[in-house]
Amino acid sequence: MKPKYAAQAGTFESSDLIILIEPLEDNSGRKIELESAVMLQYGDSLKKIVNEMLDLYEMTDIHLIIKDKGALEPVVRARLETAIERSVNPQIF
Amino acid sequence: MLYIPGNNPAMLQQGGVYGADSLLLDLEDAVAINQKDAARILVKHLITNINYYDSEVCVRINHLSTPFGKADLEAIVPLQPHAIRYPKTETAKELLELIDMIEEIENRHNLAHNKMEIHAMIETAMGVQNVFEIAGCHIRVGAITIGGQDLTADMNIIYTPDGAGIDFARKRIVMAAKAHHIDVIDTVFVDINDEEGLRRETEYSKKIGFTGKAVINPRQIDIIHEVYNPTEDEIRRAYRIVKEFYKNKEAGIGVFAIDGKMIDAPIVTRAQYVLELAGVSVGE
Repeated sequence: MKPKYAAQAGTFESSDLIILIEPLEDNSGRKIELESAVMLQYGDSLKKIVNEMLDLYEMTDIHLIIKDKGALEPVVRARLETAIERSVNPQIF
Repeated sequence: MLYIPGNNPAMLQQGGVYGADSLLLDLEDAVAINQKDAARILVKHLITNINYYDSEVCVRINHLSTPFGKADLEAIVPLQPHAIRYPKTETAKELLELIDMIEEIENRHNLAHNKMEIHAMIETAMGVQNVFEIAGCHIRVGAITIGGQDLTADMNIIYTPDGAGIDFARKRIVMAAKAHHIDVIDTVFVDINDEEGLRRETEYSKKIGFTGKAVINPRQIDIIHEVYNPTEDEIRRAYRIVKEFYKNKEAGIGVFAIDGKMIDAPIVTRAQYVLELAGVSVGE
């Protein structure tokens, strides 16, 4: 699956993270830019969660920009799920 | 009952540390309309991963007349929080329709129908009118609550510190809950800096029969507990009454006196309730 729309989820607040998704050209794979307030301590685990979630949704041809402000793992998973859902389905409201 | 906005990770993950009896994770009014999906997904991930200690967890979903209510149910029902709170309940019929939808989701997930309660929120004049039917319409209705802000808006009046505009609604809602032996939670006190006002309003809530009060800030929890928890003197007296009751019961005596005051069945029932609140047991 690949994103259809540019999408965003999360906030810059402490304990949260903000995620931006952009669709890429076909066969571009995944481009991930990650910044975290706790990069030294949790950077590897954060990258692992991001890739797990992208694998779960079988996402490719995606540009992901993440700025993390110390979010817990379930928050990272929730924000990724939201951003991915918004990138493949239009928001209803 | 502490309200926590459903799209705020910091508040959601800290909810269990404040000592509230219950937490209301809010997907409704506390969430901006363009963040409803984000809040639903966040609450879904956090409920199963955060330790809320002794606090019961309730989730307030959006009304089924909105584009979000059904999706909220699909996400939250499988997680089986202590309760789902339904906003702006106006009739028993709509609550029964909600319960049918919940039980259909539970069937799909092989879940029993007896774990999660339904709490109906009364926030309109029509809801107040129908509250007796709402409170008694199904065994899963475990509590009713009054939403003071929405109710005053529906009545086109201003909420005043003396609560005059919603006094009739408060008392009618309490009476409906008592008639069906379920809990009844009072509305929030919105001025978080007015501690005396909060204490006054909570004392009034307790006096007219509410079993608890909702709060919007953790700072308000201690005052609510101070008002609602029985005092040491009340516990001692209740203990004496229940102890004497068992002693007299053995001798076949139903009515007796303590310190010159008659003690009969209703006073014993009240004393037993005080001991239950205090977590004190009396051996027969």
